[in-house]
Amino acid sequence: MKRVGLIASVLAGLHLLVLLAGFAAPYDPVEQTRTLPFAPPSRLHFVDKDGAFHLRPFVYALTTDPDNFDAYIEDTTLPFPVQLMVAGSTYSVLPGVESRLHLFGVETPARISLLGTDGFGRDVFSRLLHGGRISIGAGLLATLCALLVGLGFGTLAGFFGGRVDSAVMRLADLFMAVPWLYLLFAVRAALPLHLDTRATFLLLVAVLGIVGWARPARLIRGIVLSARERTYVTAARGFGAEAPYLLRRHILPQTLGVVLTQAGLLVPQYILAEVTLSFLGLGVGEPTPSWGAMLGTLQQYSVLTSYWWMFTPAVALVAVAIAYYALTSMVHERMRLVAS
Amino acid sequence: MRLIGSILLVALLSGLSASAAVPTPVAPGEDVLVERATSGSHGGRLVVALRAEPRTLNPAAAADAPSREVIGRMTGDLIHIDRATQATESALASQWKRSADGREYTLALRKGIRFSDGHAFDADDVVFTFRVLLDERTGAPQRDLLIVGGQPIRVAKVDEYTVKVTLSQPYAAAERLFDSIAILPQHLLNDAYEKGAMGQIWSVATPAKSIAGLGPYRLKEYVAGQRLVLERNPYYWKTDSAKRRLPYIDELVFLFTGNEDAQVIRFQSGDSDVLNRASADNFAVLARDQAANRFQLKDLGPSLEYNFLFFNQNDLSGKNLPQVAAKQQWFGDLGFRRAVSRAIDREGIARLVYRGRAVPLWGNVSPGNRLWINASLPRLARSVSEARGLLKASGFSWRQDGQLLDRQGRPVAFTIVTSSTSAQRTEMATLIQADLKELGMDVQVVPLEFRALVDRVFQSFDYDASILGLGGGDADPNGEMNVWLSSGSNHLWRLGQQTPATSWEAEIDRLMETQLVTLDSRERKRLYDRVQTIVAEQLPFIFLAAPHILVGARADLGNFQPSVLDHYTLWNVERMFFRPELRSQRR
Repeated sequence: MKRVGLIASVLAGLHLLVLLAGFAAPYDPVEQTRTLPFAPPSRLHFVDKDGAFHLRPFVYALTTDPDNFDAYIEDTTLPFPVQLMVAGSTYSVLPGVESRLHLFGVETPARISLLGTDGFGRDVFSRLLHGGRISIGAGLLATLCALLVGLGFGTLAGFFGGRVDSAVMRLADLFMAVPWLYLLFAVRAALPLHLDTRATFLLLVAVLGIVGWARPARLIRGIVLSARERTYVTAARGFGAEAPYLLRRHILPQTLGVVLTQAGLLVPQYILAEVTLSFLGLGVGEPTPSWGAMLGTLQQYSVLTSYWWMFTPAVALVAVAIAYYALTSMVHERMRLVAS
Repeated sequence: MRLIGSILLVALLSGLSASAAVPTPVAPGEDVLVERATSGSHGGRLVVALRAEPRTLNPAAAADAPSREVIGRMTGDLIHIDRATQATESALASQWKRSADGREYTLALRKGIRFSDGHAFDADDVVFTFRVLLDERTGAPQRDLLIVGGQPIRVAKVDEYTVKVTLSQPYAAAERLFDSIAILPQHLLNDAYEKGAMGQIWSVATPAKSIAGLGPYRLKEYVAGQRLVLERNPYYWKTDSAKRRLPYIDELVFLFTGNEDAQVIRFQSGDSDVLNRASADNFAVLARDQAANRFQLKDLGPSLEYNFLFFNQNDLSGKNLPQVAAKQQWFGDLGFRRAVSRAIDREGIARLVYRGRAVPLWGNVSPGNRLWINASLPRLARSVSEARGLLKASGFSWRQDGQLLDRQGRPVAFTIVTSSTSAQRTEMATLIQADLKELGMDVQVVPLEFRALVDRVFQSFDYDASILGLGGGDADPNGEMNVWLSSGSNHLWRLGQQTPATSWEAEIDRLMETQLVTLDSRERKRLYDRVQTIVAEQLPFIFLAAPHILVGARADLGNFQPSVLDHYTLWNVERMFFRPELRSQRR
């Protein structure tokens, strides 16, 4: 039980970090620093060039080698201590509420790039946090769509049975057979160019979620079907309970376990789907970051072989997926224990 | 005599069965071209990775780059442009004369030379070639080039080794027309031509013995999806300074890889010997390679290619595109285009997209084209305040949040479409997006699959702005006719004009047509300078950068003298050889 709490809090922490990306990230994710393309992660120093120890870590400003595109030298003349709660670029906390406060930062001209910069000199750490909003947000949104539709159709099929059941289930078969990637290509091609890319992306994610309703619907149908035949449901029916009451009171609570485990499985799956879409150029457009778009630059051989910090979105992706799966399997285990 | 002939034949056949064809000795009276100051040693095989599989080996039908790369090594032309000097030089025509009025050219052909199947070459093959290419039924891509002043050129046989070419009007640099026009063997193709089947001949799967040309190599073997192997043409009409027949290298192998990265990986691993063109990123990867001394990597300086941003100014009447039409009010406004041009960080593009291996551009002629560039064009540095001033003067204003508004108060927002296969152009668009954000413009970048992009730019006109690249062919301005003439097929910003839409387009038409028939090269330069000035003032294209040509080859490849003109590396393949003293380095 302790491990459930641990993993749940790690996941919650990750989501909070991503949600508060504007505050936690030191820079605006789209801000280009054209003098620093593909700069390696900043080195945090504790000992300065005279050998003196500092409790507060500091960084040095980078100078570029004019003949060498991605070679950088630390300018050790002046240390720039890492400061907490600094004013920086403006970001919006909520719609209409703006702030300039950042968790940490350094004074210019130095920059602190914990995970280096990309080819436009944009801070990868800031992009990773902001990109997480899009990627995890897409995962949650698509999961919500799939579960809502799945719950609706699954309950319908399981509770009413007969012709309704077979109609809904044949429809589910149809949806499971849809090659979703081609469907998305077709949807994207049919949309006009001048649509806002973010709106387009939300639409694609919603399509993805709605198309994915069939699997949860099948599972939920099974639960509803068996719950409907339980003696206490029959008894309630005998006392004159109507369908809405039965569903609310006796049947839908039974589906909670399936819904939760499905959610735990679907979220990472849809985060991956976002990565795939962005990798294929169907995601949010430049300059908005998302994990898939960031990983998309690895399609270039030179980036793949030269800059290891460009892989960090993949690490974040794996971590989030593992956390979700671990939590799901524990929740599943617990639900079984409760049920038996 | 007959005995000697059969002995020769036996020697030849045994040579064929061994590995590659043995070069035949130079016959008395054979008018070979002696490449002075060329020496090397025979043998070896040269492997080149192609981006894609060639579609055809038919010189009269090839339009894709891989096909032309291969066909260029298998065929010969009458007058050739020397890729090193950019001047014309003698090829199958040993010499030529222009008549006083500039309308007639008399070409003397080389005597006693042979096609790669041993059949003799003469004036009939030349006349046949031009008849085939000019015939509309053939559908040859070269046909447009051979129409001068609205009339096809006329090619007539004078005697067995002399042809006369007549033009309907004087044509500047007419001898450059003949470069890369492959002379076809009449003895092999006459039947197909008579039947009207020229479009179907010489696919990659055609048996090697049914194909012949006048190039240094001939077809040996084709393996679908993998490789195409060429072997030495034993009758090739060039020799080195010691009168030994060229080419030096026995076999030329083309591997099919798929994309540029795959080409680079094959080269890096030693599977291929020559890298025809690399991006700056991949060039840096190769230069960093621990074993970089296995390669000779060369930066040849700026190419003739120019990359540019352009706005859709097409006539949209009859098209149902109200969204685009509404924005054309901005795109047609010179102040708007100048403001965009002033706000773009060209130095940033050269540094970030090309790692400094590119030059910023303000006109259509790259500094790589030393003969024709108008060096007096202003090179306006980036200035956001100047750009804002230009917008203000054109009636634009700004909202509280910094968003740019036009006269009617509509926010200025548009999309730039690029090809998703060109990482560089998408990167340029991303930089421009950030630059124009500073002017309050809301720009979206949409990478599209290349064919979808071409369809929007050339057919449906359903786009706002795009980034493309042109040039890279010949240095002469005649190669740019179809871009700058208002009726030209690459007049991208406004296609399909019956009459010039603006007075400056009319002036460019007049200047380009005048330079075409002007024989004095200094006068032509003056006319073309004026064209460059008008283009730089009116900005139908907003020029961005000209990338350097970056190539590589194995360290032991001799006579590797790449050029900024296409084909960058293999243009002198007949002179290349493997240095025996370095061969031990080859794996």
